[in-house]
Amino acid sequence: MAAGLDPRFTSLPLDALADAALSRAKVLGATHADVRIARIRNGQRLLRDETLESSTDATDLGIGVRVIHSRSWGFAAGITLTTDAAASLADQAVAAARISRPLSSRPVELAAEPVHVGEWVSPFRIDPFDIDDAERIERLVQLSRSATGPGVDHVTASLDMIDEHKFYADLAGSRTVQRRVRVFPQVEVMATSDGYHSMRTTNPPAARGWEFVAFGEGWDLDAEVAQLPTWLAEQVAAPSIEAGRYDLVIEPTNLWLTIHESVAHATELDRALGYEAAYAGTSFATIDTLGSLRYGSEVMTVTGDRVAEHGLASCGWDDEGVEAQTFDIVRDGIHVGYQLNRQMAQEQGLGRSNGCAFADSSGHIPLQRMPNVSLQPAQTEITVSDLVDRVERGLYVVGDKSWSIDMQRYNFQFTAQRFYAIEDGRIAGQVADVAYQATTTEFWGSMEAVGGPGTYTLMGALDCGKGQPGQSAPVSHGAPAALFRSVNVLNTQAEGGHA
Amino acid sequence: MITDWIEAGLAAATSDECIVIVRESTEANLRWAINMLTTNGQMHHRSATVVAIRRTDGVGHAGVLSGPVASEDDLRLLVGHACAAALEAPASDDSAPLPEPVVDADYTDGAVRTSIDVFADFAQGLGRALAASREAGTETFGFAEHHVSTVWLATSAGARRRTVMSSGKVELNAKHADRIGSAWVGQATTDFADVDGDALAAEVNRRLAWCENRIELPAGRYETILPPSAVADLMILTYQTASGRDAEQGRTVFAGDQPGTTRIGETLSSLPMTLSSGPGALPAPEFTIVEGSLPGLTSVYDNGAPAETIDWLRDGVLARLPYTRASAAASGQEYAFPSDNLTLDTGSSVTLEEMIRSTTRGLLLTCLWYIREVDIASLLVTGLTRDGVYLIENGEIVGMVNNFRFNESPVDLLRRASQASVAEGTLCREWNDYFTFTAMPALRVPDFNMSTVSKAY
Repeated sequence: MAAGLDPRFTSLPLDALADAALSRAKVLGATHADVRIARIRNGQRLLRDETLESSTDATDLGIGVRVIHSRSWGFAAGITLTTDAAASLADQAVAAARISRPLSSRPVELAAEPVHVGEWVSPFRIDPFDIDDAERIERLVQLSRSATGPGVDHVTASLDMIDEHKFYADLAGSRTVQRRVRVFPQVEVMATSDGYHSMRTTNPPAARGWEFVAFGEGWDLDAEVAQLPTWLAEQVAAPSIEAGRYDLVIEPTNLWLTIHESVAHATELDRALGYEAAYAGTSFATIDTLGSLRYGSEVMTVTGDRVAEHGLASCGWDDEGVEAQTFDIVRDGIHVGYQLNRQMAQEQGLGRSNGCAFADSSGHIPLQRMPNVSLQPAQTEITVSDLVDRVERGLYVVGDKSWSIDMQRYNFQFTAQRFYAIEDGRIAGQVADVAYQATTTEFWGSMEAVGGPGTYTLMGALDCGKGQPGQSAPVSHGAPAALFRSVNVLNTQAEGGHA
Repeated sequence: MITDWIEAGLAAATSDECIVIVRESTEANLRWAINMLTTNGQMHHRSATVVAIRRTDGVGHAGVLSGPVASEDDLRLLVGHACAAALEAPASDDSAPLPEPVVDADYTDGAVRTSIDVFADFAQGLGRALAASREAGTETFGFAEHHVSTVWLATSAGARRRTVMSSGKVELNAKHADRIGSAWVGQATTDFADVDGDALAAEVNRRLAWCENRIELPAGRYETILPPSAVADLMILTYQTASGRDAEQGRTVFAGDQPGTTRIGETLSSLPMTLSSGPGALPAPEFTIVEGSLPGLTSVYDNGAPAETIDWLRDGVLARLPYTRASAAASGQEYAFPSDNLTLDTGSSVTLEEMIRSTTRGLLLTCLWYIREVDIASLLVTGLTRDGVYLIENGEIVGMVNNFRFNESPVDLLRRASQASVAEGTLCREWNDYFTFTAMPALRVPDFNMSTVSKAY
């Protein structure tokens, strides 16, 4: 089945369960109640040297009831899909709210949201779960064989497939049903005869179906895989970098992760306010600086959205029933917006929520999670060659690899699949043992130019982690190629004391 | 009764062999921030994993499916789908015969559960801590969680196993109003009976007081005392990249000089370190439970096999690496299952306080954060210090220092560690959402590489 809701989900007694829980919550005095019923199917295949190493298919199905009672949150979740059990969850959620009340000094209130009723399905053509497993495995074997070549000692090929159905209902009258499908194929080659070296495909996970894996729709996976042995051989032979300051031309395949860590997480309002202080951390972009903080250079404009076609965070409505929107986060280098949920939008007097609530299952509470957060390209066509032309001594950076950033989203360090030397405006061979390290505002302030629409690519992650209990969220980040001046580059061998 | 469902499921299996695992979990949690409770909840979940195995010439082809089960019919349906998947499945890389069956006497017992009531005493202490924090003009953040899972595991070879896993944790973070001074304490527990909220609050506030004097230090190499929590995070990361098969293939820091060899037998530390895991002093199931194979580390074919206590390092020498039964057979090694607990012990009786008193000038860390691999071959990792870097001068803590980004290899740190404290139960920071139980010493490292200053607090 393609591009529709799965009747095996919609035939569940969704409305009856919601009615039972919501009516019970109302009788008990809840001022807000919402019900989420979610079925999430997750499949993974992993091949190593063309042999199946791991194969799993897991389905999660349950119901969660969240209430505001006594001006406090309460939540309960279970797996029994009967009206009695749903009503019982409302009882438990109200009881939890009553426990919270003495320890909650600030009453919970939600920003207003119109009532929405509807269905939404992410755009995909072929349901990956409809493909015979033999065909899926054969595709991974085919990719593994394409990645084999001189100097390649091992090949891994993997495929992640997710099919997410969510039903949402609240006391105000909203009722929505949504389906999101996403896939993530990856191939990695390794050389072990002269030290350990690896090279992985740079394609993103995508809110698409089997057509992305097998038919090149959205990414030419076959072309990239065919190049892996060559790129790996170049890396094995590459000279070690001399640490120092370099200009960087960064491809979207690497820059997306820097955006994710240093912009998208830093502009989550719950972090800025301190709600994540003990776990994910806070943010240097504090709310008192909203509208004035110079985040980056004037060519930096970053948007948040839940509407991008094939975006991993795209949806019709968020997990608090708020309609998907687009909004500015950084405009001309100035921080102008946060990601919001309904509670924090109301608490800070910011008006309507911009629809950034998400829970990874019915068993978890919706948190403020990032939408698709994307760096906007230049309006005129500026190519990668145009950017490289401006560099006398620098590095051209392709593909993400290692990443780490501090708990206020200031100090970060990233590596890449490939670093190429740039010499006098031309891309030369690969260099090895490279990491770039910077402070967020210094880095984005050094961005001299962004590429044009032709360089813009939607990248992303399947499993961004946040919250306690921990939750995992899919998110896309669009980016053009971009030029950064004088970035601190480390030699990782020297850092490890081996140079 | 769950075990009746399992028997019905096994009876319905059409594959050559079948493994059924049912996990019933209950969970309760409290979360607080800025001196108030922010969220709480209790959850109930029950799921099953079915490993249906088709054999051709003895080689397994596995269909592995997991799903929610609310009834016997749900489980039978899942078994049917797994058996269908096994018909399509190619040969498994980790194929092995089913383990020798063992039957537990308590196999037919029911599920053990928890609820939000488990926090009854702790919540009172927490309430006092939040009130005291408001009074003092500081801020308190944190999380408490209790999780109880009952697992039944049955195989068509006759194994009937049951185990109950109870785990919990508390994290308490206190900050000055400007959120620069910050301190953290954490504790692992099985049942919250041993959690003293007042004592945790007193300890975190004692540490917050160390932050009154703020000192700026540049990047560089410092004599550093890594407390047990930080050591735990580094050892867990090392443990999880220690696949014996991957080492033989030259893919990890434990690869030997020659192709197909490992570093087993090599001295990794001059301190008499023993790194071990398994059921014993720390909680862990006594048999293998694998609901999805982790390549090179664990295999669904090993479900029900004994999970033994294993010394990975003994007296500073690398003694074992994790192997599945299939990879062990291929390599001439013994099966070695990496249980979800970890102990590092040198036999030292020195306390952390004594290590501080014997330090002329050095840093005491609280914990590490955002630890990620930079170079797989050397296991070079990068990460940040968090919630308290303290300067020690002449045996006394004289104030807090800015945070740093570090670049270090945990395996190289074992080599360079010059002193260890007594091992104690500790909660790691980075990986505690899934790895709860560790016992670790503090380690003194004479030249820890603080690569750059982090302005974060």
